[in-house]
Amino acid sequence: MSLQIIPPDINIDFVGKRHFFVGLSTLINLAALILLFTVGLNYGVDFSGGSLVQLDFTRATNGDQIRHALAPLGLGEITVQDFGKTGFEYLLRFEKVRRIKSLGADIDSALAKAYGPNVGKVVRVESVGAKVSKDLKRDAIGAVVIATIFMGMFIAWQFRRVSWSFGTGAVIALVHDVLVVTCALVLSRLQFDLTTLAALLTVIGYSVHDTIIVSDRIREDAAKRRRESLASVMNRAINETLSRTILTSGTAIVVLIALLALGGPILRPSAFTLLVGFITGTYSSIYIAGPVVLFWESRVKVKPQSARAA
Amino acid sequence: METGQSFAPILIILSIAVAVLYLHLTGGSGKTRLYLAALLTGVALLLLVPSFDSSLPQWWSDYLPTPRIQLGLDLQGGTHLLLGVKLDDAVKSQLSRRGDDLKTELTQNKIPFDSIGLNSDGALMVRLKSADERDAFLNLIQQSAPDLTISSVSSPGAPTYALNFKPEQIAETKRNAMDQAVETIRNRIDQLGVRETTVMREGSDEILVQLPGIQDPERAKELIGKTAVLEFKLVDDSHSVADALKNGPPPGDEILYGPPRPGGRTPYLVEKPTLMTGDTVTDARVRPGGRLEGPYVTVDLNQRGAQIFDAITGQNVGRRLAIILDNTVYSAPVIKERIPGGHVQITGQFSFEEAHDLAIVLRSGSLPAPVEIEEERTVGPSLGRDSIRQGELSFVVGAAAVLIFMAVYYSGAGILADYGLTLNILLLVCVMAALQATLTLPGIAGIVLTLGMSVDANVLVNERMREELRNGKTPREAVKIGYERAWSAIRDSNISTFVAGLILFQFGTGPVKGFAVTLCVGVLTGLFSCVVVTRAWYDYLIASRKLKTISV
Repeated sequence: MSLQIIPPDINIDFVGKRHFFVGLSTLINLAALILLFTVGLNYGVDFSGGSLVQLDFTRATNGDQIRHALAPLGLGEITVQDFGKTGFEYLLRFEKVRRIKSLGADIDSALAKAYGPNVGKVVRVESVGAKVSKDLKRDAIGAVVIATIFMGMFIAWQFRRVSWSFGTGAVIALVHDVLVVTCALVLSRLQFDLTTLAALLTVIGYSVHDTIIVSDRIREDAAKRRRESLASVMNRAINETLSRTILTSGTAIVVLIALLALGGPILRPSAFTLLVGFITGTYSSIYIAGPVVLFWESRVKVKPQSARAA
Repeated sequence: METGQSFAPILIILSIAVAVLYLHLTGGSGKTRLYLAALLTGVALLLLVPSFDSSLPQWWSDYLPTPRIQLGLDLQGGTHLLLGVKLDDAVKSQLSRRGDDLKTELTQNKIPFDSIGLNSDGALMVRLKSADERDAFLNLIQQSAPDLTISSVSSPGAPTYALNFKPEQIAETKRNAMDQAVETIRNRIDQLGVRETTVMREGSDEILVQLPGIQDPERAKELIGKTAVLEFKLVDDSHSVADALKNGPPPGDEILYGPPRPGGRTPYLVEKPTLMTGDTVTDARVRPGGRLEGPYVTVDLNQRGAQIFDAITGQNVGRRLAIILDNTVYSAPVIKERIPGGHVQITGQFSFEEAHDLAIVLRSGSLPAPVEIEEERTVGPSLGRDSIRQGELSFVVGAAAVLIFMAVYYSGAGILADYGLTLNILLLVCVMAALQATLTLPGIAGIVLTLGMSVDANVLVNERMREELRNGKTPREAVKIGYERAWSAIRDSNISTFVAGLILFQFGTGPVKGFAVTLCVGVLTGLFSCVVVTRAWYDYLIASRKLKTISV
């Protein structure tokens, strides 16, 4: 036998402590909802519209100097954000799309005037009009909702023999994960744009993926041990898959840390989203998905040993 | 190349292939399955070569496919534009032209009218002189204007009718306008000399333009955005421009301006009626011109245009003719004599580039409706290179960490898993190249995620094998049970990720689509290399008795 992180005979009472963790998660989720509707996400131009310009400098500068250099253009209010290498890279944000035909060229020439030739240059321009950003927002919400519904239905079907409520459990675990990630994004003020959305959808995929792995073991054990209560089968399955859960999440987290540290500033929001999402996704398949199934079962008074047909 | 059209069917075929392979391969003997896997790996590597080495010998491209991984605009630099075509304006101008026709018809049929013109809602308002002509007018509309409907009537004294196109006529006008807009913009883009451009219709009223590696996006935008309506109008020299600027133009006249020049824009007082438009232009060329006047553009007209131009110039010798493009007066030369033959010169103190772009838009025709840039994403080539470097670095570091960890933690089984992971990445990149899918920055994140998922498949199998070995099973049984038990979890979780990827592909745009493609392809190649191929190795090693114990 080679290395082992989790001893094979481990038996932690996960299911017994479910009330505490469900309570905790509910609080976090409520906080996330409040944050989402009060502070709100830091939407990128994709969803809020407007223009974004990335500048590269060959010598260090600061936000005031940049504002000063661009003042003659009369572009109105500019948000300047240090981006990546301190002092050398900056992001400019304009609330409204400005001069879509010549923004980049205008800024280039204004920088050349203020800093001298070839010191600062525009390396990226993104302008999204109000109509497109509205469409993108609608499509984004559509994608999240449809993905959630489809996966909920798929899981409910796949685990119908143990209990139809696995679909509900997975969907609630998934909503929980999305809310936790949203909360982290609100607090970190990282930009929420199309790339971040892709990461969020990946989190949904992973959350369900992880829930399925644990539920699969419950399905298998439930078929073998028909006399045991569902709670006890569930706890056994979680323990049996614990080693795998820790290993997989561990390696995924290592990869994501590499992405976060080395992937550059453009990938940072999505790497962060994935990292938080994978951690909470792992947590929720242990502490949220199972308890929801148990709660549902006890509410509708179905016998715990409902695995007859398996 | 856009991945949109060909992606879905290929994906379905691939999924069926993987399913069939899985069923088939778990049946056959270990050795045949290994040969199959080796063959596939070989093909994958062969298909990958063109992506990394562009200096291929001639025989290679003659006999072998040369797919290359397409880099998204965020990685190779370039400009992405989404243009909105104002189709309602196309309908309005069509209706306005219809109004002109109607004027002629009314005059011919001797039906007196007060006025015909578009109102602010875009309806064609016809006001007759008196109620006596009502029946004659309605008859005329019914007989000779089947494309129009009368939507409202108000008739105290002189009856006024609001005319509109019928819905099917509006739909057709919009469709034609859209076709013409796409065609015109494609013509203009083609003449920019940028390689591998995309001009594609998006939805009902949008056009997607992608210009990879373009150096001067501003010029492209300028060129695309020009409506390029060429008009000829007479200059009104009987009134003073200064008066008109102060007190407003006299009736029937309007004030138009020359192009922006260092001394400001010159105002012109011109008569409103358009004598001729540019739809008869057959060709437009830049001529170098002398040192004083600079380059100019010569325009050739077709026969009909030449006739009209001949008549205009013949009737107006001595007057000034304003040559107007998109409401800017480029020049207003005095007509010295009648000009037959249909050759027109446009001078206007152009820079060479201006003259060149003017010729392009005149040649490619006018846009049927104004277009508006709704979305722009421009990435400079240096930033693209940075992104590639950072993406590669994070990927290599992450992948190395995972491979080392697996080998250390699972020893023998870990090395086999590493083989599967490496094969997965190779196959993934190869299929991406074969699909001509676009690799975007989020796509690189997608590859990282794929790596994580195929690690999970291996971990699931290995943990199961450990369990079975602990329970005293033989290696052969442990492998069989390990893979079989882990399969249901691997299958269900991969299906759900695949579904998420498909939904993402359906709803996503640009970079997100690239991510979705990577994710879906990665699920399939991962299933193949990390389940089918590693299993084949185990079976082969056990069957040939090279493996008596499993180190896992």
